Amino acid sequence: MSTGRFRPLLRLLDFAPGVLFVLVLSVFGLLSGKFLAVENLTQILVQSAPTAVVATGMTFVLLTAGVDLSVGALMFIGAGIAGKMALAGQPLPLCLLTMIGVGWVGGMLNAMLVTRFRLVAFIATLATLYIGRGMGRWITQTRAMNLPDSFLALGSARWLGVPLPIWIAAAIILLAQAVLSRTPFGRQLYAVGSNAEAARKAGLNTSRLIAAVYMISGICAGLGGILALSQLGSVSPKFGELYEFDAITAAVLGGTSLFGGRGKVFPGTVLGAVLLKAIFNGLVMVQADPYIYPLITSGIIFVAVLLDSLRNRLAQRLGRRLIFGIGAG
Amino acid sequence: MNAPHSNPAIPAPAPAVIFGGIEKSFFGIKVVRGVDFEVGARRILGLVGENGAGKSTLMNLLGGNLQPDSGTFSVHGRPYSPRSPKDARAAGIAFVHQELNLFPNLSIAENLFLTDLPRVRDGVPWIRRSELRRRAVDLLSQVGLNHSPGTLVESLTAGERQLVEIAKALAAQARVIILDEPTTSLSSRECERLFTLLRQVRGRGIALIYISHTLGDILRLCDDIVVLRDGGLVGQGPVGEFTHDRLVSLMVGRQLNQLYPTRDLNAARTAPVLQVLSVGQPGIVREVSFDLAAGEVLGISGLMGAGRSELARILFGLDSHTAGEIRLEGRPLVGSPRERIRQGLAFLTEDRRSEGLCMEASIADNMSLATLGRHARQPLGWLDFAGIRDAVGRMREAVQLSAKAGDAQPVRTLSGGNQQKVVLGKWLLAEPKVLILDEPTRGIDVGARFEIYQLIHQLADRGAGVLVISSEIEELMGLCDRILVMRRGEITAGFAREQFDREQILAASLQASTS
Repeated sequence: MSTGRFRPLLRLLDFAPGVLFVLVLSVFGLLSGKFLAVENLTQILVQSAPTAVVATGMTFVLLTAGVDLSVGALMFIGAGIAGKMALAGQPLPLCLLTMIGVGWVGGMLNAMLVTRFRLVAFIATLATLYIGRGMGRWITQTRAMNLPDSFLALGSARWLGVPLPIWIAAAIILLAQAVLSRTPFGRQLYAVGSNAEAARKAGLNTSRLIAAVYMISGICAGLGGILALSQLGSVSPKFGELYEFDAITAAVLGGTSLFGGRGKVFPGTVLGAVLLKAIFNGLVMVQADPYIYPLITSGIIFVAVLLDSLRNRLAQRLGRRLIFGIGAG
Repeated sequence: MNAPHSNPAIPAPAPAVIFGGIEKSFFGIKVVRGVDFEVGARRILGLVGENGAGKSTLMNLLGGNLQPDSGTFSVHGRPYSPRSPKDARAAGIAFVHQELNLFPNLSIAENLFLTDLPRVRDGVPWIRRSELRRRAVDLLSQVGLNHSPGTLVESLTAGERQLVEIAKALAAQARVIILDEPTTSLSSRECERLFTLLRQVRGRGIALIYISHTLGDILRLCDDIVVLRDGGLVGQGPVGEFTHDRLVSLMVGRQLNQLYPTRDLNAARTAPVLQVLSVGQPGIVREVSFDLAAGEVLGISGLMGAGRSELARILFGLDSHTAGEIRLEGRPLVGSPRERIRQGLAFLTEDRRSEGLCMEASIADNMSLATLGRHARQPLGWLDFAGIRDAVGRMREAVQLSAKAGDAQPVRTLSGGNQQKVVLGKWLLAEPKVLILDEPTRGIDVGARFEIYQLIHQLADRGAGVLVISSEIEELMGLCDRILVMRRGEITAGFAREQFDREQILAASLQASTS
């Protein structure tokens, strides 16, 4: 029964993201009276909406044991094109659709590189990252673009007292989680991420499943770009930069495994995205030295990744093939 | 004389599968040579044979993973020539692999119906959970598994997972189920449950092909038996025609076409260089004890999955052990592989491509890898390349590495035999006191084999202890001074050279029945 005692520990580790979340919120709540105020919490949610949406797409990719480094760059090209269109007087909905379309096309390129040309996802999407940032700079001529007020109006609009970005993000997140947990496609993604070879042998079209996640990630990048633009109101040459790492971090903080096959958009990835912004917000609230922000953030990420690796090792030990049965009887 | 469970009142239906002259070669070596037999519907066919007798290849051919060079299959009276596992599934053939193909992160129900999840309506990609649950509950009750269908597979034991695999075959409406060593990681109670289930499955008109080294189980469970040896069929018939001893004698007797160097057996053996004292690790090995004398070549025989490689990994410090002690020259041997190499241990693994060599690196880099420390010049530890070149040059000659290959050539471009010589050379440069070799001649041609045997003998003659793991009994008999046999993680027998007997060695590695 020597492997049996790891099982409860494994279950416990599944709750780690939630525990981390509550812990961080309580600590900042204790340190600053304003941190847990409704306005501040709403502010945190609005700030985390773009990251949460991009991280939603990233979660799909991570589930298949892949990675998409190009999301920030796709946001940038989309924003660049949409900005130019808006300044040329095109209607807002068309500009927004274009951003989503750019993400989708970029996702298709990634999908092709990974499934057709069999490039490692890391390298394929790194290439797309550079292509994307290059094209974005060319489109924007490396100049900041101030967008019409209609973009900012989108970000400050409220419905039933709740800011529109939160509604949009919530809709995307819930839809994504429903796809993951309630559709054949979603369940099959978990199979591919757990063991691609076995999934192929079981008769799943693994190439199509993997291609789909990059397209989903691209579309989510476009949507995340819209939410980010609606808060910033302008496209700077740095727009979307490092979003890929925020998205990966949010997913991992939320318990998504980099080894594939494990993770949820809701609550997991959403918790991660909110946690990331909450840390930042909390550090501002307690007037921490700005130089220690990265240290604290990285410390928390380190703990999350450590827990993931620990969980993975335990799971591996549980799944190890034995030569003789050691159960009772 | 038929098995008591078959019903003589019902006339035998058409055979479920007919193997018609199936042949398959790999790289010019015939692995399956013209095999003809039938699997009756409503029958359990036991397929037995030594390691490498061609059982797995034959089943991979039936399962569509490989295509035969010649010969035909027929399934339920229809010609059948699968190009892929998908074709096999369509024909109603299910394969329960030794390493189970379940997804631990999905629920039991999802595993059962992964490719065919029930939807609320055709064309709507939304799972109808109630239907999924209903179907899964039905199947789980058929295989006697008392778990909620929503349970994640990762929380099931090996035996329970086996039952899920069989439920999966039933879910796919399989009419032929192949089981490859299904009892290896099961407890005896789980085995009993499995056998009861298999008999029920047979009763529903499903044909079963049961592959196992556990001859007692075969004799108890199966209706018919087919024995393979060297890729050919050497015995077939109803189970009543076989006994344990007859099966063993049919299985042994591989053709001997390998020469072995002669060895002076009179060399005096000194004190043991390696002592293994009651080493155990739950689920892996138990109570393993033996001595390896300086100058001795000791063989470890056994079937695949008997725990031989796992024992070697424990000795080398790659895996841990919870019980017992290992001693090198009387001193406890502990620590990492690096530490053990320093103390005089060397390990040639069974997978030279991914564990033994850096395939893209050169011959010289690979050979010098384990001894680089000796060529580091103090105080900065810069490498003495002239010294390395000398050492590699000497070793190349010693292991008779093909002269055509340059030192800078990547080992990827070498033949299997030359690659193995590079690995061997790497360890010989370290001048080990104990060398462990796991399947040292796998995939290596006859000529290179002989040279590797010579090198092993030379090392022993210089006073090192050599431990050889091999699945070929003939090889161990030709090479070793003494042979130990492992079975299910234990050492079950030992033979001195004058007692070597193929049949007895094989019998010791086979299990009477799962207990």
